[in-house]
Amino acid sequence: MSNKGQTSYFYDVIWSRFRVNRFALAGAVVVILMFMVALLAPLISPHDPAAIDAYHILLPPSLDHWMGTDDLGRDVLSRMMHGAGISLMVGFVAIGIAIVIGTVVGLLAGYYSGWADAVLMRFVDIMLCFPTLFLILAVIALLEPSIWYIMIIIGLTGWMGVARLVRAEVLSIRERDYVLAARSIGASDLRIIFRHILPNVMGPVLVSATLGVAGAILTESALSFLGIGVQPPTPSWGNILSAGKEFIEFAWWLSLFPGLAIMVTVLSYYLVGEGIRDALDPRLNR
Amino acid sequence: MLNYLLKRLIMMIPLLLGITIITFAVIHLAPGEPVEMQTALSPKVTKETRERIRKFYGLDKPLHVQYVTWVTRLAKLDFGRSFASDNRPVLDKIKERIPVTLSLNIVALILEFGLAVPIGVLAARYRDRLFDKGMTIFVFIGFSAPSFALAIFGIYFFGVVLGWLPLSGLHSLGSESLPLLARLWDLAKHVILPIGIVTFGAIAGLSRYMRSSMLEVLGQDYIVTARAKGLSERVVIYRHALRNALLPAITLLGFSVPGLIGGSVIMESIFSIPGMGKLFFDGVMMRDYPLIMGILVIGAGLTLVGNLLADLLYAVADPRIRHGKG
Repeated sequence: MSNKGQTSYFYDVIWSRFRVNRFALAGAVVVILMFMVALLAPLISPHDPAAIDAYHILLPPSLDHWMGTDDLGRDVLSRMMHGAGISLMVGFVAIGIAIVIGTVVGLLAGYYSGWADAVLMRFVDIMLCFPTLFLILAVIALLEPSIWYIMIIIGLTGWMGVARLVRAEVLSIRERDYVLAARSIGASDLRIIFRHILPNVMGPVLVSATLGVAGAILTESALSFLGIGVQPPTPSWGNILSAGKEFIEFAWWLSLFPGLAIMVTVLSYYLVGEGIRDALDPRLNR
Repeated sequence: MLNYLLKRLIMMIPLLLGITIITFAVIHLAPGEPVEMQTALSPKVTKETRERIRKFYGLDKPLHVQYVTWVTRLAKLDFGRSFASDNRPVLDKIKERIPVTLSLNIVALILEFGLAVPIGVLAARYRDRLFDKGMTIFVFIGFSAPSFALAIFGIYFFGVVLGWLPLSGLHSLGSESLPLLARLWDLAKHVILPIGIVTFGAIAGLSRYMRSSMLEVLGQDYIVTARAKGLSERVVIYRHALRNALLPAITLLGFSVPGLIGGSVIMESIFSIPGMGKLFFDGVMMRDYPLIMGILVIGAGLTLVGNLLADLLYAVADPRIRHGKG
């Protein structure tokens, strides 16, 4: 009972629709490039990101230092390259947590409906009331700032949208004939949920995961900017920018490059996410 | 309508309770006790004093008793006193900050709707043409540019290089003695950057939403009918389509409240604006527990009010909600 062939056909169709979307394709290229930079940072970064050089502080961009040096004489490009990994890791782990929680809550609420649905969705409503940044700040400040807490708390405060989305999908999917068929041959609830319903909600989940990574990268950089995110000397785009703000009058490169990097990365994830959404739902385009 | 309002108000009660439970849970995640935090800094505090404070906050009782005591006090609008050296009631501190944050965000919200709705509608009307593509890029840049980086460059460019705008705060020194108009102008110069940046960042979501909502509506049968009976494109778009596309956008209004309030932490910190976000950030840095709890509850409460207002607006605009089951 394999449906591998059909699945790959499905992805072929999605890919062929995605491919013709130039914005989305450009976003995907940037995303892949960023990944390569992050993975290869130790090999390709021109300098040691932690090497302090008192004779070369706050140098403007040059051939030796493409993005200049910071107030401790460290090479900004090398720090940016090492920071890329941190930013991407925070984005992916945080959204991974959010997706898992959101999907499980949405599946349970949508499939069982009744009081389970009522309780879970009221919980979602309550969580949605809090200004997310307030919750994150409170938790991180109370437990020491650390990159693990940041990833976990961004995940724990970011799953509600996914839960709502999945629930809405499940509500319509569970009425389909194939679910009825599965039930009539005696499939257990768990099997129906994970084998028959889950694969059909993965599309929209993938879209919100992609958009979510963009949001998580922004949140991490905002926290690092406020000084309660990734702690120096570990470089992250947010804390490079934060350190640079004091020198903006005579060292613009310290703020500009991390700012641009965040923007381009967030934009790319967003374009990819929108591209997947349009590819999944051809009604909206074409 | 009154019935609907009443129903909505009753539905808010469990949500409010939930908000207090989560706030309470978050605060008790922290290792150590608030008393330790408050007294750790001064070695002069004796064991007896510490015990007295514990008693005062009810920290010697089990958690559920603490919670009930706290919520009962909240119900009487007693948010406790700040741990900060001024030791003032938390509610007073929040009350004087709320108007600043709220009015800045309301202005930003009005600007956001005023700009995003026309952008979305026109982008849908001139779909895939130059305007649509240009606006797509513009709103995406606004969405993805980190607001704090924009703020820094804004301050540097408009404040330092050009010298047009003040660097921080809400008023210039001695502005109290200026005539009313000059004072307003002074205020405007202080808030234009923070409001502009918040608006720029928020336009993307709504304008994209309006665009796809318009595209969907424009494909409906009644639009085809309207066109078929020879109505001008303007009437079709602005009378028939816009109304229906605009309705769902109203719910976005309520949803955007927590984001705006949360974002105020960043903007108010950078621009030294004495609002709720700055108060919260300072409170978090000093581990001012009563203040943190108070702002979490009030911030979430404001979202509830925002959602309620959005729903009421929706009911006013859409008779199906007003008279239906809602």
